[in-house]
Amino acid sequence: MTPILRAERVTRRLGGEVPAILVDDVSLDVARGEFICIMGPSGSGKSSLLYLLGLLDVPDAGSVWLDGDDTTRCNDDQLAALRLSRLGFVFQFHFLLAEFTVLQNVMLPMRRLGRRQPEAAREHAMHLLDQFGMAAHAAKMPAQLSGGQRQRVAIARALANDPLLILADEPTGNLDTAATLNVRQILRGLADAGQTVVAVTHDTGFAGAADRRIWLVDGKIVPDGPPFP
Amino acid sequence: MPVQLEIALTHLLRHRRSTLVSLTGIALGVAFFLAVSALMRGSEQDFLRRLVDNNPHITVFDQYRAPHVQPAQLRWPDALVAVSNVKPQAESRGIRGYRGKLEDIEALPGLRVAPVLHGSAVLTFAGQQHGVSLSGVVPQRMKAVSTIEQHMVAGSLDELAATPNGLIIGQGLADKFGLRMGGTINVVSTEAGSRTMKVVGIFRTGNAAYDELETFTLLKRAQVLLQRPNRVNRFIIQLTDPHRARDVAAVIEHGIGYKAVSWIEASEDLLSVLLVRNIIMYSVVSAILVVASFGIYNTIFTIVVEKTRDIAILKSMGFRRADMRQIFLWQGLIIGLLGSAAGLLLGYGLMRALAAIELKPPGVSELVHLPVWWGADQYLLALGFAMVSCLGAAYLPADKASRLRPVDILRGAT
Repeated sequence: MTPILRAERVTRRLGGEVPAILVDDVSLDVARGEFICIMGPSGSGKSSLLYLLGLLDVPDAGSVWLDGDDTTRCNDDQLAALRLSRLGFVFQFHFLLAEFTVLQNVMLPMRRLGRRQPEAAREHAMHLLDQFGMAAHAAKMPAQLSGGQRQRVAIARALANDPLLILADEPTGNLDTAATLNVRQILRGLADAGQTVVAVTHDTGFAGAADRRIWLVDGKIVPDGPPFP
Repeated sequence: MPVQLEIALTHLLRHRRSTLVSLTGIALGVAFFLAVSALMRGSEQDFLRRLVDNNPHITVFDQYRAPHVQPAQLRWPDALVAVSNVKPQAESRGIRGYRGKLEDIEALPGLRVAPVLHGSAVLTFAGQQHGVSLSGVVPQRMKAVSTIEQHMVAGSLDELAATPNGLIIGQGLADKFGLRMGGTINVVSTEAGSRTMKVVGIFRTGNAAYDELETFTLLKRAQVLLQRPNRVNRFIIQLTDPHRARDVAAVIEHGIGYKAVSWIEASEDLLSVLLVRNIIMYSVVSAILVVASFGIYNTIFTIVVEKTRDIAILKSMGFRRADMRQIFLWQGLIIGLLGSAAGLLLGYGLMRALAAIELKPPGVSELVHLPVWWGADQYLLALGFAMVSCLGAAYLPADKASRLRPVDILRGAT
């Protein structure tokens, strides 16, 4: 079966006065419906790899295939179109737009894509919020929510355009234990429902919910698990 | 509403104070642009109107622009030729065969023409003497080419037509001599001595020199006084469209040979001064808008800096570079349109206020209003320039926003 996401010998270097290799010759397949956690110490290149997989960054060498399409030759606009229609992002610091209500935040990707009529987009957004217990907060501003609630809204927004893949960068890094557990349950539930999830995390407890864990050290995948106790 | 526009509006509402400052800057810039433009263009139009209305559109003189080439010069072009025992024909100056030439000119469309014999005379009254310009006119024709009838404070050109010894003088001259309607005065010319004439009209143009120096009598009386029977030395021509004066003058000059000077040619120096003045004026008022547009640049740049994280999240969500550019260009457009609308209203109010101001310039007895031009083109010009300034000022931060790489921001995000 064709993986939904494939990275082939992906390398990403950082130029400047002190050049560094962020991701070094990484190959990775992600199957449909799989929940993968990328783990590793700080500076190991976890987030850099996630940005490459999420088409936010372009590799210096190698290629990233999304749903069978090579994205290497895509220009900025084509990558943006792929991100809009096929990917959903969840970040550590929720990254909701502060001036928009919870509902408006969830509707933003749908409005940009324009696949749904406004009323249908609203209904879908409310459905997603309801799914994560946030429907009652739809009219609130992000500042009126707790960290965990914001992250649930961010997950709802990531799902707005029915993406092939959810990419989460330290989704529980800023949350308390209860909220972390809640987010972990949500992502696990999504994966159980067939949604592919790739998450970067430090949290081994959170990573325990994943189907597969990938260890990254100095930009390279360590095949046999963590090289440290 | 497009999502880009909604985001743009939200940003502006979030930054109410700086948005308001930018709006005020543009509004004031547009208002001053309009007020200054209206005044300058108004004064220009007023000046041109006076120039066009109070002067002949074309004057044909009894002169040639280039002297006729003499037969000897044609026969021996490079030789020095002495012609002896030839006496130039004694002939009074003026336009030869003026009636025929008058008919030729009248055959042209869109003009009215009047023959005039212009000369100098001295008026004497009660021991006082005053040198004047004496114009011999045909009253009915003069009415059609001159505004003098409109400036009559007493009498009329018709009374001049009915009075063979009639004379029309200016208010300044009448005041100087203490003359009134029906009064008599001696008119002395070097050519034909003295003749007593009756004042049948007094005009007042507001131009003190003109009101003291110009006098009008019948053409036939002037021909006698100046000893130039059957001669005129000028044709005064008014056109339906004064802006055709240069072309029509060229046609007339080509047709009858005499020098025909349009008001445009006669006022070339003044018109070039007006052009320079307009360039300076529009440069200055445009500078106001350019300065005001820096407010917009500052506002939008601040928003871009503050919203760097939002830009990253929108881009990661799938918004394209063009979308980001649109968001911030929308902001420039919104500030520009609202600021311009407020500026146009404020400018209109300023123009009304300026138009209501009454002044009494030195040497003028009547109150005059500031000349204000109400033409629509200046509103469009102010709006157009404001919008160009606003969009130009918005483009730089918009372009910066569009070039931001989400990865760079996400890596450094806290």
